[in-house]
Amino acid sequence: MPKLTIDGIPVEAPEGATVLQAAELAGIEIPRFCYHERLSIAGNCRMCLVEVKPGPPKPAASCALPVCEGMEVFTNSEMARAARKGTIEFMLVNHPLDCPICDQGGECDLQDETVLYGEAASRFREDKHAFADKDLGPLINTRFTRCIHCTRCVRFCDEIAGVPALGMIGRGSSCEIMPWEEGVLQTELAGNLVDVCPVGSLTNRPFAFRARSWELTKTDSIDIMDAMGSSVRIDSRSNEVLRILPRLNDAVNEEWIGDRSRHFIDGLLERRLDTPWARVTRGAALRSVSWEKALEILRERVEALGDAPKVGVIAGDQTDLETLTAAKDLCAALGSPNMDCRQDGARLDASVRAGYLFNATIEGLDQADAILLIGSDPRKEAPVLNARIFRRVRNGQAAVARIGVPTDLTYPVTELGNTPGEALAALRAGTHPFAEVLRSAKHPVIIVGQGALRREDGAAVLNAARDLADALGVVREGWNGFSVLHTAAGRVGGLDLGFVPGKDGLDAGAMVQALGSGSLDVLILLGADEFDTSALANRSTRDALVVYIGSHGDAGAAVADIVLPGSAWTEKTATWVSMEGRVQRTLRAVSAPGAAVEDWVAVARVARALGHALPFSSVEDVRARMAAINPLLGTLWTLTPAPWGAPFGTEGAVSAEPFTPAVPNYYMTCPISRASRTMAACVEALSGTEDERTGTDG
Amino acid sequence: MLQDKDRVFTNLYGFEDWHLAGARARGDWDNTKALLDKGREWIIEEMKASGLRGRGGAGFSAGLKWSFMPKTVGERPHYLLINADEGEPGTCKDRDIMRFDPHKLIEGCLVAGYAINAHVAYIYIRGEFVQEAIHLQTAIDEAYEAGLLGDNACGTGWKMDVYVHRGAGAYVCGEETALIQSLEGKKGQPRLKPPFPAGAGLYGCPSTVNNVETIANAPTILRRGASWYTSLGRENNHGTKIFCISGHVNQPCNVEEEMGIPLRELIEKHAGGVRGGWDNLLAVIPGGASVPLLPAALCADARMDYDGLRELRSGLGSGAVIVMDRSTDLVAAIARLSRFFAHESCGQCTPCREGTPWISKMMARMVTGDAEPGEIDVLEDVTRRMEGRTICALADAAAWPVQGLIRHFRPELERRIAARKDAPSSSAAAQ
Repeated sequence: MPKLTIDGIPVEAPEGATVLQAAELAGIEIPRFCYHERLSIAGNCRMCLVEVKPGPPKPAASCALPVCEGMEVFTNSEMARAARKGTIEFMLVNHPLDCPICDQGGECDLQDETVLYGEAASRFREDKHAFADKDLGPLINTRFTRCIHCTRCVRFCDEIAGVPALGMIGRGSSCEIMPWEEGVLQTELAGNLVDVCPVGSLTNRPFAFRARSWELTKTDSIDIMDAMGSSVRIDSRSNEVLRILPRLNDAVNEEWIGDRSRHFIDGLLERRLDTPWARVTRGAALRSVSWEKALEILRERVEALGDAPKVGVIAGDQTDLETLTAAKDLCAALGSPNMDCRQDGARLDASVRAGYLFNATIEGLDQADAILLIGSDPRKEAPVLNARIFRRVRNGQAAVARIGVPTDLTYPVTELGNTPGEALAALRAGTHPFAEVLRSAKHPVIIVGQGALRREDGAAVLNAARDLADALGVVREGWNGFSVLHTAAGRVGGLDLGFVPGKDGLDAGAMVQALGSGSLDVLILLGADEFDTSALANRSTRDALVVYIGSHGDAGAAVADIVLPGSAWTEKTATWVSMEGRVQRTLRAVSAPGAAVEDWVAVARVARALGHALPFSSVEDVRARMAAINPLLGTLWTLTPAPWGAPFGTEGAVSAEPFTPAVPNYYMTCPISRASRTMAACVEALSGTEDERTGTDG
Repeated sequence: MLQDKDRVFTNLYGFEDWHLAGARARGDWDNTKALLDKGREWIIEEMKASGLRGRGGAGFSAGLKWSFMPKTVGERPHYLLINADEGEPGTCKDRDIMRFDPHKLIEGCLVAGYAINAHVAYIYIRGEFVQEAIHLQTAIDEAYEAGLLGDNACGTGWKMDVYVHRGAGAYVCGEETALIQSLEGKKGQPRLKPPFPAGAGLYGCPSTVNNVETIANAPTILRRGASWYTSLGRENNHGTKIFCISGHVNQPCNVEEEMGIPLRELIEKHAGGVRGGWDNLLAVIPGGASVPLLPAALCADARMDYDGLRELRSGLGSGAVIVMDRSTDLVAAIARLSRFFAHESCGQCTPCREGTPWISKMMARMVTGDAEPGEIDVLEDVTRRMEGRTICALADAAAWPVQGLIRHFRPELERRIAARKDAPSSSAAAQ
């Protein structure tokens, strides 16, 4: 470890570190524009110039200069300050003076550095350059006159998103950032470009001119739009969520989030359930009613069904643990074994925790050297996780193979075909060369997607994958590479809580069928919309009842008899378990609209209406009960590895029927994102020509 | 004055046959095997001892540069890259070497390639040099035919391949790392150093980049010995150099001369003197567009070598002597150079991307005097803020001519500003 001094402070920096990084260790921040911790070094902005001894009598770019033993660095000497002043002047000569109308204002690196190193007046008398704005799709506004050519966006696309969509063309003062193709960027990570841009050249389009950063209330929370549990910050004003930004979390999302997680927010204002709705009798229209009236209708209609109505509960993808705990206790009080948190019919086994967790952990992927994808499209299911895999592949550190639909994952993939039975058998028998790749890898990973599990033989696929993991040494001392990639943020929590059918209980699909056939009387949907609701809509022969508790008027609410308004995840402080098994808590950023309540409260009210009041007087009681059911759920923010050993899944043949994508449309996966105009605009922009969009191309 | 017996480039004017037979008659390819047989160490030491400094402009010791290459070939092959992207305004020496004496360069490739353990040499030639590229390729084909290159070059058992790669017309691709980028098929932009090419150059492999003239000198130096070479010129500035004399002289020419020849002697003996006589001289740019000019007063005693011109705060550069007589609009001439550098800046580094067009625009106004007197200081300060703050030296090259102009001809700039202010019609127009 070389020792050097920076501004007189002795520093010991790791071998290969740059002077800029060493300065950070010493607590000295060197200004920079082009340097970004997670991108390659460009060294072109010339803002981080420092004086170095020994060395030539000119300043050196600290972002690109490796530390040497005995080096003396001066970050604030006459030479260094003069260099920075010069650079700032050059950056500003062609930069427009439009800070008052620039969305970056208040969080602009150039603004900040100008305060430190800029002159009061410009010496530039010539005409400024102007560049045409480019169309980068519905998420990004461009103002290329503000560009300082740091090329962070180009490097982000090349190195993180894996989509080389941008480049710097031209030379000298004609240099400009240009998409190779105009139009929407073909990546699910486009929103992050706004974060990497140090100036207002790329700005958040839906957020344009909505607010100044200093007016916003910032709430640290967890992203619930996919199952990764990314750390996010919710920026709100006047009870409206205006923006979502990623927070630094090296273990999960580093500093990126997917476009859906960032831009679904206008969906929070559309199609909201802000009051209860009810059908007074079967077949009647839904009417807006008060809570009391809704619960009264519920009680009356349930009483009409007989003495001991059979009740079932299906939890949706974004159901928090508090709600699930209340619902589980409600089922217990009613003596009903019918509950399920797997509305899509995924054959996940709740009895063995290692059988449904992403055991390799997201950070663990940074070690992975061979990855097998089984029925999973990580680009659509967890784009930020896909970026980690891309980085490994790009650096030549990992090989990836796939059984499933051949889609573009941004990196080369060895296709094992989409006939699951055959492909799994070939790997198990070692007849496909990738079996050897997995076996000889130091940190092999098998990623099982929901596309492989939500089918008739899902449990057999799960068992075959487990068998493969054992046979190829994917699980070994100190390493568990068997990983299930979830798409639903509430799924792992539900499994941890045991929100699955009890003895002789019905699963989600069976409950839907049973309601139609008469063996189930009341079906409670907790924000469950992502299944075929036509069977519920068509139950014309019976008086059976559907109760929907959720935030949006989507498919589930449309077929319900009683609709009770709940809260979206930005509106409640609630507990979730990420797909890695990390117990996390969102924080309430805004209040739910109208008469909406936190979902567990709605469940408690339903319980009381049904004559089984739950013993919870506050959310703390619910959390205590939750921890009593599974002590792991009380260990907030920690990741407890699951023991490997117990069998899961069921032995059986895996059919040749191809896997289908778990997330056919990345931008619309839940009631909130389906209500979002921004997400609709993304779908529109990405679906090709107008003929294709309107279905008139054939 | 250089005697004929000490000339390296004996067919600089193309009076003789440039093909292999002619080259052999002039002593090229004469028992090259014997040179290689003396071994790498000897070659590099001899080159170091000769004091040959890079002839492309930077003047770095060629032997020293070769010695930076790894002594043994590791996982990655070594490459020899020849910089034939002669783009410096006023310079046309490499062009004539490749046109009239291509075998000197090719033999040099073998010797240098052997010395640095490279089996492959790429000659990156300026795209506009069409005939030169054809000659070079013809000469390479002749050399293969004669067994001088190829699997058993000159019977030494050393495999040597030489390829010609044509550039696409960017000045900055003459910068060694930009040349490497361009050769790799990327946009020609200088790379950050370190790593230097000797550590990670072409395709990340150890590479040496040398100018055409430097490499073409090598076989002759090795044949005649370092002591012969050091007998020419003076300490730290040995050998001969091709000077490209252009502008207001009676006979513009390329001429090989001893290092350190007085500028006046160079112009008067070889270029037929300044148009209208020595007293008609206004200024000389002694080393290509990127070095500061010398006013006539300094030219009389200027010694044409690295140190001699540095003492006068200019530089030898590529050896392109641009002579300007009193009919020259010097401000317009330097403004034209500023425009050239603004056009050729790759745009990577902020000071160069923003600074070169800025000084170009200010210089354009200085030509007509459309400026405030204080702007001369602004112009000077802007060039100071560009200098030494960028990845490559293009910003320096853009800054220095302007600095030279202000240093030596400030009164002329002030006169133009004052004259324009005094002219009522033009000041009204300016408003």
